[in-house]
Amino acid sequence: MKPRWFPPRPLEFLLVSQNQTDPEKRTQGWMGIRRGHQAHPIEWLAERFIFLVSLTAILMVFLIFAFVLREALPLLTGEVSSAAVQPVIPVADMDKIPAEKLRLYLELTPQQFATMDHDTKKLLMETKVEGAQDAPDNKDAKINTIEWRYLLFPYQWSGYDKPVYIWQPVSDIKKYNIIPIVIGSLKITLVSLVFAVPLALAAAIFVSQLAPPKLKEIIKPAIELLSGIPSVVAGFFALIIMATVLQKIFGYESRLNAFVAGIALGFAIIPVVFSIAEDALTSVPHNFTQAALALGASRWQAAWQVVLPAALPGVFAAIVLGFGRAIGETMIVLMASGNASIMSGNIFDSARTITATIAAELAEAVFGGDHYRILFLIGALLFLVTFLSNMAGEMVMQRLKGKLEGKK
Amino acid sequence: MSAPNSIDFRTKQFRAGSFFFTGLTGLATVLILAILAIILTDVIFNGWRTLSWHFVSSIPTKDFFDRHTTGVLPMIIGTASRVIVMTVFVLPVGVITAVYLTEYAPNSSMVTRIIRAAVNNLAGVPSIVFGLFGLGFFINFVGKNLDAALHNPTAVWGQPSIIWASLTLAVMTLPVVIVATEEALKAVPQGLREASLALGATKLKTIIKIVLPQAMPGILTGGILAVSRAAGEVAPILFTGVAYYMGSLPQHLTDRFMDLGYHVFVLSTQSTNIEQTEPILYATVLVLLLLTFALNLVAIFIRANMRRKMRSLH
Repeated sequence: MKPRWFPPRPLEFLLVSQNQTDPEKRTQGWMGIRRGHQAHPIEWLAERFIFLVSLTAILMVFLIFAFVLREALPLLTGEVSSAAVQPVIPVADMDKIPAEKLRLYLELTPQQFATMDHDTKKLLMETKVEGAQDAPDNKDAKINTIEWRYLLFPYQWSGYDKPVYIWQPVSDIKKYNIIPIVIGSLKITLVSLVFAVPLALAAAIFVSQLAPPKLKEIIKPAIELLSGIPSVVAGFFALIIMATVLQKIFGYESRLNAFVAGIALGFAIIPVVFSIAEDALTSVPHNFTQAALALGASRWQAAWQVVLPAALPGVFAAIVLGFGRAIGETMIVLMASGNASIMSGNIFDSARTITATIAAELAEAVFGGDHYRILFLIGALLFLVTFLSNMAGEMVMQRLKGKLEGKK
Repeated sequence: MSAPNSIDFRTKQFRAGSFFFTGLTGLATVLILAILAIILTDVIFNGWRTLSWHFVSSIPTKDFFDRHTTGVLPMIIGTASRVIVMTVFVLPVGVITAVYLTEYAPNSSMVTRIIRAAVNNLAGVPSIVFGLFGLGFFINFVGKNLDAALHNPTAVWGQPSIIWASLTLAVMTLPVVIVATEEALKAVPQGLREASLALGATKLKTIIKIVLPQAMPGILTGGILAVSRAAGEVAPILFTGVAYYMGSLPQHLTDRFMDLGYHVFVLSTQSTNIEQTEPILYATVLVLLLLTFALNLVAIFIRANMRRKMRSLH
């Protein structure tokens, strides 16, 4: 073989889909054709470029996790304190501490901080010292409420007669217990799954197994069209129409609640569950159905007793991915759930979800403050939950398809 | 003769059950379609009465809850501009990634599998998390550092604006473009590639001159689907660029903007007199739906066409 001038030998491993050592694989180039010519430098560069660009998706997933967590990091390292009574910095020390720390201490935005002159800042520091002297006489005032135990476990705040879970970021004592909003998220997600999964699965069985092909060609795009409804429109519909109608039917007290939000959320996840389940059911080889029909089963029996069991992992994947979509949906729950962070198992009570909390509160949270960082922390938590459910769903789906294709 | 009879009887029983369950699944399908139909008719019926040229083409005053002084022009322009800027970023990256995955990637290699996993994951990330990411990465990291590098006295890049909202949406819609383009590339018959190679074209030339033009309708579909998805999304732009009210149209990429979807949210939750706001609200929803649905329908049409063509070629 003639020595190749580009790329140089040591860089040969960079070549795409060329395996020189394994004679079996050598011919498996593009469509079974091994590149006969030498790589032209421009072509080689283009290939590298295409490869690098295709890594963007990986980079983005990594960046999302890194930068959402980055904003929450000072919480985890204990740099931020949410105590109502902050340790006071004497005015004399003003020039010794770094500017950024001073800004956070004075609770200013960077713009405000930049435009303020030295004397104004000094004045602010004096008010801080004075403020600390007549601080609320509250046993909780010195508590740093962003410690883990206050985030996850009940605590008996002054004025309460028993330990409670409370999310109340705007008050004298900021209470950041995330359990109520986690419960809210799970409650609404559960309602939406209970409503959407049976419907979507039944429709998937109907469309993939029972419906005549002509009908299928119409129904499938129509259900896919449902996913084209923006979530803010579904939220609007739930808020204006459905909340009133459902209240009349069921006669519960609060007009906006977990039930209404769950049903509206169901609209959003029906297309997701439907298309994945339909995909899984369709990928079951036709011989399965034909064998069952030949043995005298009806179409329904073939679908229910043969195809569905074979595609069961796919149905599981559809539910898991639907869960991931439901728990991450924002606008519908923000508009239809009532947004009260009540600790309650009743689905007819108002509820506040993780997503709605972030959407409603981040704009008002002080930039770089503890509230701001807590919201990023629950955002990272949400990312992690959906990431895991996605991975699980995809893995099951891949394995199922591999299995079914192997059986073909 | 009794045995065949009993079998006959049993199968008849089964058929009745089958009929019932088939009906049940059909009913579920009808119910889903009914939900879609109810939402659409409600919005179209109620929105049509208020929708007028004046409504679509005028800039609202600060009190946009009043039906006489309201309008949605800035929202339409804001939504359109963020979506167009997004397309400029997402289309090249998405198409190139799809080209790599279908034409270059060794099927079973680790890198390919990780890219596919990342694409699937990206599709499942909650939209609000994209909003947090846009704020944390584009504004607080890229924007702030740009400002520092350019010695801007006030924040120009380090604040919510069209460009950051668009980039956030571009990251969000990347999987849509990749998946649609991949499907289109796979639909291009192998024979065309082989013919091109046989005539002495290199792989890159084949892809640029033969494969991509053939896959154009599919790539277009991907773009349209991404645009329609992005046009209706509100959560990712909440912190990255949307404005509650702006007296003028956005002029630069670093301006904030008003947005149709966000306006629907504002109108339905911030209004003090919901009965008075309702007609405007319905009209705004109708404009948003017309925008996203028209795009969706076009995409579905092109895709159906493509699938038919693909079936006839194989």
